[in-house]
Amino acid sequence: MVGDAISHAVLPGIAIAYWLSQSRASLWMFLGAAIVGVGATIVIEILRKKLRVQSDASIGMTFTSLFALGVVLISFWSDSVDLDQECVLYGEIAYVPFNIWLVNGVSYGPIALWSSGVLLLVVLFYIIICYKGLKVTSFNEDYAAVLGIAAGLWNLSLMSMVSLATVVSFESVGAVLVVALLVAPAATSYLFIQRLKPLLIASASVGLAGALGGYGLSKVLETSIAASIATVLGALFLIALIIHSLLARKTSKYAVEP
Amino acid sequence: MDPIFLKVLIGITLLASSAAVVGTFSYLKGQSLVGDAIAHALLPGVVLAFLLGDGRNPMLLILGALISGLFAHYSIGYIKSRTKLKSDTAVSLVLSTFFGFGIMLMSLTQRSGQGQQAGLERYLLGKAAAITMDDVYVFSALAVLLMVGVGLFYKGFQLMTFNEDFAAVIGLPVPLIRLTFTVLTVLAITVGIQAVGVVLMAALLITPSAAARAWTKSLPAMLLLAALFAAISAITGTYISSVIAKMPTGPWVVIVLAIIGFGSLIFAPEKGWLAKRRRAMANQKKTVLENVLKLMFQQEELSDRNVVLSNTDIMDIRAIRPEKLRNALTDLKRRLLVVEHSSGYALTELGRSEGRRVVRLHRLWELYLTERLGMAADHIHPGAETMEHVITPDIEELLVKELGNPELDPHQSPIPYEED
Repeated sequence: MVGDAISHAVLPGIAIAYWLSQSRASLWMFLGAAIVGVGATIVIEILRKKLRVQSDASIGMTFTSLFALGVVLISFWSDSVDLDQECVLYGEIAYVPFNIWLVNGVSYGPIALWSSGVLLLVVLFYIIICYKGLKVTSFNEDYAAVLGIAAGLWNLSLMSMVSLATVVSFESVGAVLVVALLVAPAATSYLFIQRLKPLLIASASVGLAGALGGYGLSKVLETSIAASIATVLGALFLIALIIHSLLARKTSKYAVEP
Repeated sequence: MDPIFLKVLIGITLLASSAAVVGTFSYLKGQSLVGDAIAHALLPGVVLAFLLGDGRNPMLLILGALISGLFAHYSIGYIKSRTKLKSDTAVSLVLSTFFGFGIMLMSLTQRSGQGQQAGLERYLLGKAAAITMDDVYVFSALAVLLMVGVGLFYKGFQLMTFNEDFAAVIGLPVPLIRLTFTVLTVLAITVGIQAVGVVLMAALLITPSAAARAWTKSLPAMLLLAALFAAISAITGTYISSVIAKMPTGPWVVIVLAIIGFGSLIFAPEKGWLAKRRRAMANQKKTVLENVLKLMFQQEELSDRNVVLSNTDIMDIRAIRPEKLRNALTDLKRRLLVVEHSSGYALTELGRSEGRRVVRLHRLWELYLTERLGMAADHIHPGAETMEHVITPDIEELLVKELGNPELDPHQSPIPYEED
């Protein structure tokens, strides 16, 4: 859920960066978004741990406040800042090919393709380097603390990665649908697989299947690509959930019999 | 007053207060974000209703939203109870995939070129400025319905929030109560979303209750305060957006709410951050004062006469930072617990009694730990260092009785009682 929160909370960062730099240059927007994203994570943690606010409520309070601030900033600067709420709520990957990276008049292809490619490399690199620390802190924070691993720091690094992934995916899929990409593949795989390494591979595969399936669906129905991907991911989870429930019923039936 | 402004004002105020009341129960259940998920998950129902009907009947859209929201609510519950997935995974999963499905359906309507999308847009971004008289009637009806619902089911909601099992045991119809609450929640969200939009709806549900929680523990007071905060924000936000040109109403309401919310969490007496800090500082100071008195009393015990200790003497025995000790001694002098001599400080009768008390509590607690809890004598000192500042006279009396007026502590030091 923190992913959802961050994806909304980054709006004021993007707005301020846009206003300061007067350009849609991805680097500035990314920087603004990353700063606000990590800041939001810290605020959520402070609310939860220091002020004892319910964890759900601390997330909800923080991201809605920041989102509202973002909308107001955009309205303030509406003459100079060409952003709108819709583009934040649901980006459109179909427009990506029009946003081309031009250097001295030579086209290097869509910017989003480059940034997503770099993101993929960064995430892979991060997971390979930090595999052990992430594994220990994800499964048992207390145990990690006993081993002398700074769980808080790892959490922060993971959250920075989440905000990085969110911000980069933002332009293509929007703030809400990026959550489907973050959560659905892992949730689907986790119904059947609990070991970390196979889980990572399975999640990536489900994500890929969702992307391809969603793209296909959108071509057939002529619908929004990002939304179709989210829909297909939801459908995949639904199928997995049905299989999971059937399996569970079967095993519990055996368990009841003497 | 401008009639449009008045309509918006009344509408938003009713809405925000209704949402705050529902949100308070969700907050206490620790399920604030379920409301956020429902707000997003309404979309497919709304769009389907739009596609099925002629797209102009707002009641049909509300019905679609209700069904979709209820379905999302039960999906979250099902995933949570039947799988190992965590609650917030279930919430974000339902939120994002339902919303994605809704957007996909929406892009279908765009393709089929059915104009008149305004009805749908309302459900995404909210159109507070476009509130009509009909909307005000709907909002008022909702507010009345909520008040009646909460009034009738107050006991049930209260028990459902704090202890569902107990509610079931004493024979309350828990499923019915839960259904009523869910329907009221979805209804409040369905209506509210049209004014402030999908994202900011969560703020109306969550922030007032989080703010109210900082001021009170009682449920009725919390409900009233949350509704009041919501109303204040609604009025202030609407006013600001009407004064400054081109300003959206919903986000301003949420910003005012955020100021009240974060302000309450920081400044509220007792539960606020500042109050907690002040208490912690006072406690720390008290501990230092008591430690100095204890140290001086122990020196008197050792030498069996009144002693005068300089700052360095004290710091040689116990590690205290110099300026902290100076402050502590000034404070002790002001409270007539020590007197200053040319070569240092000595205990007054009052200070001696205070130091004796701290030493007594320390030794009583050490004895309790070894005698009653079976701890080894070399493990008990750190715990007693803390407890000596915490134990109240009542507890002290109980300890003395429990241990049978003991004379010696586990280290064979005498337990110093007040001579009378």
